Amino acid sequence: MRCRGKAPPCRPIMISRIDKDHSRFREIVRGKIRKNLRKYISRGDLMSRKGKETVSIPMPSIDIPRFSLGGNQRSGVGQGDGEPGDPIGQGQPQDAAGSGQGQAGQGEGEKSLEVEVTLDELAAILGEELGLPRIEPKGTDSLDTKKDRYISLRSSGPESLRSFKATFKRALRRQIASGTYESGRPIIVPVREDKRYRSWRTDPKPQSNAVIIYMMDVSGSMGDEQKEIVRIESFWIDTWLRSQYNGLESRYIIHDATARVVERDVFFRTRESGGTMISSAYKVCAELIEREFPSSGWNVYAFHFSDGDNWSVDDTATCIKLLRDTLLPACNQFGYGQVESPYGSGQFIKDIRAAFPSHQKLVTSEVTGKDDIMDSIREFLKGGR
Amino acid sequence: MAPIPEYLRDLQAEIQGYADGFGLEYFPQVFELVDYRQMCEIASYGGFPVRYPHWRFGMEYDHMIKSHTYGLSKVYELVINTDPCYAYLLEGNSQVDQKLVMSHVYGHNDFFRNNYYFSRTNRRMIDVMANNAVRVRRYMDRRGVTTVENLIDTCLSIDNLIDPWTVFRDSTGPKKSDSETEAEENSEDDRVGRLQSVRGYLEDYVNPPEFIARQRQKNKERKEASKRKIPQQPERDVLGFLLQHAPLDAWEADVLGIIREEAYYFLPQIQTKIMNEGWASYWHSKIMTEKAVTAAEIIDYADVVSSVFSSAPGHLNPYKLGVELFRDLERRWNMGQFGAEWDRCDNLQMRSQWDKKVGLGRQKILEVRRLYNDVTFIDEFFTLDFCRDQKYFTFAENRRSGRLEIETREFEKIKTKLLTQLTNFGQPFIYVVDANYLNRGELLLGHRHEGVDLRLDYARDTLRNLERIWRRPTSILTLIDEKPKRIRFDGSEVTISDETEAFRV
Repeated sequence: MRCRGKAPPCRPIMISRIDKDHSRFREIVRGKIRKNLRKYISRGDLMSRKGKETVSIPMPSIDIPRFSLGGNQRSGVGQGDGEPGDPIGQGQPQDAAGSGQGQAGQGEGEKSLEVEVTLDELAAILGEELGLPRIEPKGTDSLDTKKDRYISLRSSGPESLRSFKATFKRALRRQIASGTYESGRPIIVPVREDKRYRSWRTDPKPQSNAVIIYMMDVSGSMGDEQKEIVRIESFWIDTWLRSQYNGLESRYIIHDATARVVERDVFFRTRESGGTMISSAYKVCAELIEREFPSSGWNVYAFHFSDGDNWSVDDTATCIKLLRDTLLPACNQFGYGQVESPYGSGQFIKDIRAAFPSHQKLVTSEVTGKDDIMDSIREFLKGGR
Repeated sequence: MAPIPEYLRDLQAEIQGYADGFGLEYFPQVFELVDYRQMCEIASYGGFPVRYPHWRFGMEYDHMIKSHTYGLSKVYELVINTDPCYAYLLEGNSQVDQKLVMSHVYGHNDFFRNNYYFSRTNRRMIDVMANNAVRVRRYMDRRGVTTVENLIDTCLSIDNLIDPWTVFRDSTGPKKSDSETEAEENSEDDRVGRLQSVRGYLEDYVNPPEFIARQRQKNKERKEASKRKIPQQPERDVLGFLLQHAPLDAWEADVLGIIREEAYYFLPQIQTKIMNEGWASYWHSKIMTEKAVTAAEIIDYADVVSSVFSSAPGHLNPYKLGVELFRDLERRWNMGQFGAEWDRCDNLQMRSQWDKKVGLGRQKILEVRRLYNDVTFIDEFFTLDFCRDQKYFTFAENRRSGRLEIETREFEKIKTKLLTQLTNFGQPFIYVVDANYLNRGELLLGHRHEGVDLRLDYARDTLRNLERIWRRPTSILTLIDEKPKRIRFDGSEVTISDETEAFRV
């Protein structure tokens, strides 16, 4: 018998046998994700399935195939009021009224096969599949802050922190135990020993000491497809770096001929027109780092995506100067991703490659289509900085 | 798992007393108290404490724990068909819940013991499952987890290809006497192959002796061929057939045998889902409302029961359908609303006041729970009056809007739909047709088409799995869009070809 209703909260008790089967199941799920990672990455539909901590992934191939009837599945027999033609909502249609009970595997076909994985797991899978090294963070743990939370009780404390509920509970218990409680006249009088006071526990709260600064060219030549690529790529970079640091800040900068710091939403949605001056973004980025994220304590990652069509040779020279003098020394890594667009010349990547033939901190990558995203991510993250 | 605490033992004694009073016949009943994780674990294992290791149990568990944690649904009770009968109570349930579950369990227990379709199941299945698990674990230790797991996946993919009537068939069958066999042989020999001649005097011209001799020879060859054909008749127990004829190593055959054994064990529960749940629900409500529930508990009781019996419009609730059918039956047989006289009567007023006070209700429902399964139960007792009373309808997807909509309230259509869904548990009828197809040792299956095509992507993958067991190409005859087709997997690719004739039995 199954009932709909409220469930009590989770309690961690371990049972070995089912845990083995369960972890075997998770292992298979991970294997499938890994196998299809390229597909998941290039389709980019995982991002729309993102919850707070987890991602749900559709996984039909984990089902056991059987000879079964196809065809008109969404029909059946129901019960209740209504005229023919009335809609009945999206109740789970039941084929084969008998297939639920009995064998545990019997009812599987009726469930949508979606599995949930945490973002950490996803990052681990990404790391395994791309062979990404773990990152050695710079800076120290001293950035951890402590946070007090009032979650425990103790028997002494200021009256202002007295917990009424706990106090009266203890009083009731004492009165029942000593036989002074009358159910006819339920008067509870707490004495000194009954009193309980709310008290705190100190939890260390890791403070983020890493920041990703995303910069994107939103000039007229960057179309929707190019932005989609940037969106997908930054999602995966975000997922990976998040798994490497306790807490991670993100900043977003968009630019055409001028640059500004924007919210995440704006970053992905804006489409502006106009020319491109990449140096404007680099200037804003440099200021941001100087103001908020001094490189002594922070792990700074900067990624810039553009179609590589810069305004002028002079501006490119300014960019290279900014990179050399300010940005590269301040960042753990500076990534430049060039998304191919039908309008852009794609010159910029050639220029900076020529300017920094083998700079450790500068990684460049060219993305011609969605299928290249995975390789590009690998390029960006394989340095392990 | 622990023996139940004293207060639950007292409750059990009380409920069992009521069950005795109503005349239920049950196996000795053992309750165990578990927390919700254990409950989910046992439920994932189909009610058994030990099963062979397999990821699908883990998947089931994942799903259950999640829906439990999110408060979507909760496994309240779990009972298995064994002697003694084991059932699990959820720790932390209120007293009225426990009473309800116990009453419900006694209903199931009585059903397991008395329903004919359960009569051939092994009541020591806990031990069997545990032994199966030990053997599978041993194979895994020896041959590697993945190897064994792959085989289990393969076997599970065909575990619905069994014959529900195998267990009731006497394996030897009625034997013909020697003289009968001989007579048959001779008579057939003479008749077959002769062309029809209208005039007696033309007989020698129409059927000259050499022609008869040729025909006889042909006939004999055909007979010999069919004798050599394996199987001689299309065979529904595909699993059993493979067990006998497929080139399997001993351990592989053992694993396939385990899957088959467990599939047959669970079959009656699928065959009688509506009846079984209806019967248990009938008894829990009888015991609770007439005996066990106290005034203080009535609201909580009603709350739980209403959620058990609730029917969402697009969902057929077997508890509700079953319990209402049993109640309707009891009422009708109490009032004598059955038999030829009742069927003939078309006077509405007479029918509505029909009460012969025969009081056969209890006797009738006890008889029905003994002899029927879901198909026969619905076929015989799902009446026009009942259908109207309970407001049944059929629904279908509106292709334009994609919504589910009420299709019709016509009794005949509703009943047909219901019976179609229940026939062979909604599974296709699949037979082994030929184990030496095209004289190349290929396996040929046949799908008896009942109006609905096979799901093609699944059919392809299932054929692949069959090939892994048969180790030769495998094919299945079926209809696709009303055209006879054969789907074949030759070890590397799946092909679909036209056939001249559809498969029939």
